[in-house]
Amino acid sequence: MATETLTGAQGIIRSLEMLGIDTVFGLPGGAILPTYDPLMDSQKIRHILVRHEQGAGHAAEGYAAASGKLGVCIATSGPGATNLVTPIMDAMMDSVPLMAITGQVNSHAIGTDAFQEADIVGITMPITKHSFLVTKAEDIPGVVAAAYELATTGRPGPVLVDVAKDAQNAKFEFSWPPKIDLPGYKPVTDPHGKQVQAAAEMILASEKPILYVGGGVIRAGAHKELLKLAELIGAPLTTTLMARGAFPDSHPQHLGMPGMHGTVPAVTGLQKADLLITLGARFDDRVTGDIKSFAKGAKVIHVDIDPAEIGKVRHADVPIVGDAKVVIGMLYDELKKQLGNKKPDYSAWWDFINGLLEKYPLGYNDLDDGKLAPQYVIERIGELSGPEAIFTAGVGQHQMWAAQFISYERPNSWLNSGGAGTMGYAVPAAMGAKVAQPERLVWAIDGDGCFQMTNQELATCAINNIPIKVAIINNSSLGMVRQWQTLFYNERYSNTDLHTGTDTVMIPDFVKMADSYGCLGIRVEKPEDVDAAIKLAMETNDRPVVVDFIVGRDAMVWPMVPAGVSNDAVQYARDAAPIWDGDE
Amino acid sequence: MTQHVLSLLVEDKPGILTRVAALFARRGYNIQSLAVGTTEVEGVSRMTVVVSLDGQPLEQVTKQLNKLVNVLKIVELENDNAVARDHMLVKVRTDASTRSQVLEAVTLFRARVIDVVSDSVVIEVTGDSAKCQAFIKVLEPFGIKELVQSGAIAISRGSKSMSEKVLR
Repeated sequence: MATETLTGAQGIIRSLEMLGIDTVFGLPGGAILPTYDPLMDSQKIRHILVRHEQGAGHAAEGYAAASGKLGVCIATSGPGATNLVTPIMDAMMDSVPLMAITGQVNSHAIGTDAFQEADIVGITMPITKHSFLVTKAEDIPGVVAAAYELATTGRPGPVLVDVAKDAQNAKFEFSWPPKIDLPGYKPVTDPHGKQVQAAAEMILASEKPILYVGGGVIRAGAHKELLKLAELIGAPLTTTLMARGAFPDSHPQHLGMPGMHGTVPAVTGLQKADLLITLGARFDDRVTGDIKSFAKGAKVIHVDIDPAEIGKVRHADVPIVGDAKVVIGMLYDELKKQLGNKKPDYSAWWDFINGLLEKYPLGYNDLDDGKLAPQYVIERIGELSGPEAIFTAGVGQHQMWAAQFISYERPNSWLNSGGAGTMGYAVPAAMGAKVAQPERLVWAIDGDGCFQMTNQELATCAINNIPIKVAIINNSSLGMVRQWQTLFYNERYSNTDLHTGTDTVMIPDFVKMADSYGCLGIRVEKPEDVDAAIKLAMETNDRPVVVDFIVGRDAMVWPMVPAGVSNDAVQYARDAAPIWDGDE
Repeated sequence: MTQHVLSLLVEDKPGILTRVAALFARRGYNIQSLAVGTTEVEGVSRMTVVVSLDGQPLEQVTKQLNKLVNVLKIVELENDNAVARDHMLVKVRTDASTRSQVLEAVTLFRARVIDVVSDSVVIEVTGDSAKCQAFIKVLEPFGIKELVQSGAIAISRGSKSMSEKVLR
């Protein structure tokens, strides 16, 4: 094989180029300086200079989640690397394919508490799919290729590549493709045929099945297969927070989101079902509530690419390890074979579900104080932006409302921090998503608390011509925490007031802030101004836009199942629980 | 509490011990003992982990371990088809009046004396953990000055080798 003499640093850049990486997000520093030099000459890789490494990490996540491709971020050693810890953990929880490349001090200085030395491999061990420390230039191509393989196949996740500075500077003979040495890594993608057959039989024997769809379906790109399967059997379906968009919200079989703030039909549908057809979901506590009382009468088919998810929280009667796209396709074929021209009859089940849909639709009330309702703002953004737009969110009330009141019709349109619950995800993730899919409209729907954690990336967006739209749902408080204080702490509002709304000092003034970052800033306080502001934001593409929607702080997210409580106790609104007839 | 002996073939890479140990800690599993060393195959190490589980299924432990990229293979070694041995070094106080009794115990347990000075001896003993515990009981009255013990190492009975299929 032909080789070429390169430095380790050139080897990193060349390896990324060979893997088809077109964008990286990062910020240089001492230990990664050698790699930034050849990066400047790369014709194939666009480097986007962020203002904080956390922004680089979430931007790479947003890039990955919007496009399905690998996201790459780069930072220097020590604090540069530790600033990536939050996005790495976020990517681990939400199975986002992410490669984090960090500089490390010279190999002979490792362990001496050298300047900007941190054991980032050790720090990130529990929050990466795998991690590498590279101390020899000749190992670089193989490690970068292995990191790519690990991050993007099987259950996707974050992989860290920590490269000592002397390995970046040393010369070696580069050749491609390198040997990928991963003898212990064998993800199972093809399921056991007998298990698929057993699952089909169980579906046809059930009277009250429900499709419980998780983020794995989106990661696997299995939405088309899911639509076919769901329409073949005609069972009700629910998409988790991570799976919003895996199945069209407009579809009549879709009951909405399950869980703590799920719809009554979705929560109750799971509770009363006799079979959970679980596809790429992991029985997260925010979905199940008190696990002992979750869907007590249901058998479980559990499809997941990660064998460790099966049986981790809930026993699976039919476990199927495999790629969701492959499994759902096979399940469809098997069901079709077993059904012939018949269709399963779930009419009694649908009668019950339809009653719930009719009685407990998702909704909200206007606020007593006449302030703008946050749900209305979010609903209008969704309606005016259309199904091709991308929405990112931070964590809290605005995130739940964005999951509830925007209609998602396609995958990779809803990006959020589900498992980790990372405040500050929205702005940098929107930036990454816009870079990955520049033709799509990208909204960051953010809270005033979350926005203040990572809004410095507005500078990155303005300077690099990444025209994202930010909707701050500004209730002048840490809204979700405040909601819990209202409900569970006797309205004692300990440290949740942020003073960003009207009638306060408004520090900071988000419109002035937007202006100083080279963005268009718009303030909206009345319902009649909402549409015009959204339209102006959508029409403005020469710079990012920040819309400061001043909303009422007393709005709450409903329905709600309090933490650790049985999903049977779902409340439709405050002090309003559904009434069940008999023991139905 | 149930006890299980797991045998792990792992790539001999830096940090693998941390990865395995940290996984047990993070997932809330208790390690009773852990022994690690090289094997008949270059670049492959073998860990014997004795884990005690309080309600958690063993299957979850092995599945989580299997997710570690450097772990090549895991088997549970069960009592009736495997042998497990601990290795123990113990320094016992002796004097002219007690030395012969200590040496008698050494013979009974098929242990060995590997160092002798005027007021103590160092004894090495190998066996399953029950035998080692019994031996300690016998020595206690004389005065144990120091004791060091390896974790259990275990191997299956019969001619099959754990590394046969894994290592290409």
